[in-house]
Amino acid sequence: MKIAIASGKGGTGKTTIATNLAYLLKETGNRVLLTDCDVEEPNDYIFINFEKEGEVDSSILIPSIIEEKCTGCGKCSEICQFNAIATINKKTLVFPEMCHGCGACSYVCPENAILEKERVIGKISYGNSQEGFRFYQGVLNIGEALATPLIGNLIKLVNKNEKNYNYYIFDSSPGTSCPVIEVVKDVDYVIMVTEPTPFGLNDLRLAVEMARKLKIPYGVFINKSTIGNKDLWDYCKREAIDIIGELPNSKEIAMSYSNGRLILRDIPAFRKEFLRIIYAIEKVEK
Amino acid sequence: MKLAIPSQGNSLESMMDNRFARARYFIIFDSEKDTYEAVDNEKTASAGHGAGVEAGQNLANMKVEIVIGPAFGPNAMQILKSANIKMYLKSGGTIKEAIDDFKNDKLKLADTPTQGHWQ
Repeated sequence: MKIAIASGKGGTGKTTIATNLAYLLKETGNRVLLTDCDVEEPNDYIFINFEKEGEVDSSILIPSIIEEKCTGCGKCSEICQFNAIATINKKTLVFPEMCHGCGACSYVCPENAILEKERVIGKISYGNSQEGFRFYQGVLNIGEALATPLIGNLIKLVNKNEKNYNYYIFDSSPGTSCPVIEVVKDVDYVIMVTEPTPFGLNDLRLAVEMARKLKIPYGVFINKSTIGNKDLWDYCKREAIDIIGELPNSKEIAMSYSNGRLILRDIPAFRKEFLRIIYAIEKVEK
Repeated sequence: MKLAIPSQGNSLESMMDNRFARARYFIIFDSEKDTYEAVDNEKTASAGHGAGVEAGQNLANMKVEIVIGPAFGPNAMQILKSANIKMYLKSGGTIKEAIDDFKNDKLKLADTPTQGHWQ
């Protein structure tokens, strides 16, 4: 079963939920694989003991102009949706860091003057965690703007190399734009982590709309449940959204987090809130 | 000769926009005929990525020869240079003032790109 951790608002606790859930699923006898898809700032590795086994470069295909063949007709720059190609005075200019690697330019070129070449945009590393689950993460190279193609490559690699796990957990970046859609679109369930603040609720609404459009089952985990107001609970009730766990705003949790540790190791009392997530997931599985 | 200036509004009295590629309008001034037109830049201004490239391409297509702007990013500069469009620096003030400054030779050529609006 594939599970995505999403949030809308950043800083609500996706990493906390992803790492502790992976830990508990393993503890309860499952084969678990955790993938950190927040390639602009992956941080799951801080909370687990990751033993890196290997690392591979991750690339996209970008156009390279064969000048002898190019007539400067401009069809490539017209089709490009990302302003990665311009045609000036019958000369074609490529802006590699803008390119999403879609290949439309080489498809429309009437002169076959565009060769597609690999350009490395980031790295994917993998290995086991001492906690007993498998772990993958992507890291975008500094200065690169395009997270989505790297996330796509990361998920493809996981799907290709790693079979026979009971649970695949994908920890996404915040928001509801392309990098999140890339993670969420193929999973069986989304855990939306939020907090009961106006900002948390506003962004949760957007994330819920996203999941509804994609027709993916989801549930809401309320983190820092003792701050803010009750609007979040009212919203979930009104919209018939399952609340699948809650964690209070607690100094103990903050201390554990600040030390880069798993909450469930430091404060076993919170185990039952994570077990609630597992029940919710199992219900969907059946 | 055609000059382009990023503008917040659509007349010579409008204030210059403090961004180049994401300006609301470009005022295109023809120095020989002493006429101007306001080109709506909204589509480019709201581009997710690559506004600098798109704006540069648009100005090159309009056969602009001079651009006056507050700053030019690396992509915009590369494309404007390839199109042999000269870039002059000025920020603040009205479009008319920018044109007068250019005519009176008061503006400096831009030769190094800025890094971004957040810096």
